[in-house]
Amino acid sequence: MPFNWDLVWSSFVPIVTGAVTGTIPLTLASFVLGLALALLVALMRLSRTAVVSGAARFYVSVIRGTPLLVQLFVIFYGLPSLGVKLDPWPSAIIAFSLNVGGYAAEVIRAAILSVPKGQWEAGHTIGMSKGLALRRIILPQAARVSVPPLSNTFISLVKDTSLASLILVTELFRNAQQIAAFSQEFMVLYLEAALVYWVICLALSTGQSALEKRLDRYVAH
Amino acid sequence: MSPTSQPADKSTDKRAGAAAPQARPVLSVRNLAKAFGSNVVLRDIDLDVRRGNVVALIGPSGSGKTTVLRSLNGLETPDAGTVTFADTATGTDLALDFSAKVSKKDVSDLRDRSAMVFQHYNLFPHMTVLQNVIEGPVQVQKRKRAEAIADAEKLLARVGLSDKRDAYPFELSGGQQQRVGIVRALALKPQLLLFDEPTSALDPELVGEVLGVIQELAEEGWTMVIVTHELAFARQVADEVIFMDGGVVVERGPAAEVLRAPRQDRTRQFVRRLLHEF
Repeated sequence: MPFNWDLVWSSFVPIVTGAVTGTIPLTLASFVLGLALALLVALMRLSRTAVVSGAARFYVSVIRGTPLLVQLFVIFYGLPSLGVKLDPWPSAIIAFSLNVGGYAAEVIRAAILSVPKGQWEAGHTIGMSKGLALRRIILPQAARVSVPPLSNTFISLVKDTSLASLILVTELFRNAQQIAAFSQEFMVLYLEAALVYWVICLALSTGQSALEKRLDRYVAH
Repeated sequence: MSPTSQPADKSTDKRAGAAAPQARPVLSVRNLAKAFGSNVVLRDIDLDVRRGNVVALIGPSGSGKTTVLRSLNGLETPDAGTVTFADTATGTDLALDFSAKVSKKDVSDLRDRSAMVFQHYNLFPHMTVLQNVIEGPVQVQKRKRAEAIADAEKLLARVGLSDKRDAYPFELSGGQQQRVGIVRALALKPQLLLFDEPTSALDPELVGEVLGVIQELAEEGWTMVIVTHELAFARQVADEVIFMDGGVVVERGPAAEVLRAPRQDRTRQFVRRLLHEF
């Protein structure tokens, strides 16, 4: 069977368009919201108030203990029966943010705990409140530690967004699927989709290395 | 570099003059007590520090001296006892009674009056030397950045670290890091400097440069409480030496008396062991 190069070229534009208008914005929005949520949940987990830390623990447990696809379906197909009807995009962003929030919370919590207690004390002795010490002293140091694991979360998220095709979000993989169904050239289209995901992830890995290098400037080598 | 609130020379302190031969202490601690679970670390500790005086806390590890010091900076919350700061500027004392629950505001006010120099320096590794020093003045005291930088540069020059201004802590020796730690504390212009075994983490050849700086501060009239194992140093700079063991004050008095002619057996043993350990 001759390889269908014409189809590769003609499908390239819709697939990359799907990446640029679907996969990438969906990933970015979900990651940013997810990180904000994760920071909140991490701080709740570290709270001395049992109810607060318990609520955070419960949330993390549910998110990590259930499949992302199920979470996505509950929000998009399940919620309407409770009268909450969401469009594909908001559903996807909510599901992915909640998911990132659960996984990244544990990363951020561990990173905060990895900063020596003496750093908190030094912050307090120069008069800082807990909040100020967290923002100025602890989080910048925790950030350095959490870049590698958070990069993993980020890269996983890029690929996980392909699940959004199942709730009708127009993104990279959905475009590839539609062309494949129409042309019956499954191998070509799915390999092409895989390649585009891979390129995006390669770019992210490069960005991760650069960020790690920058944050390592104050550490002895 | 002595702050205006602190006279450089004790003898010129008018408040200490005619009215009262012994001025009211700037810091008074009464009946301080603390236990971690069933482990009692402090029992009924009293402590007075007069303006411009240096008090050295000595004793074996686990004697509670560091806990006393940390209590003065709100890093430890005692179970009972009072800590009182005489406020000569406003006339209103700051008094904390730990038998009741102390407010966050009081702890924060307590902290504002003193600054701690840590055994392990605890510099902020993600900030340059200059950023470490101006962090408190700019972020907490809300002073003008340019002003804080000018002050910081003067202080760094004072301890011979002008050329390390833009270095990160990991690029400095232990002695240099501790001198930055001292400058960071001084930059806050506190009424009281607290030192927690400031040379214990240093290589022996670096101890001198740090003790030298502390001695100069003592000569300039800074009020200080120092937890230390350097007995020769304590004898030189301290006005009063307090020997603690098992969470109680065993002996206190002028440095020369306590260290040269201790009255208590326990003090005698401790001093002898430390002076003859080599």
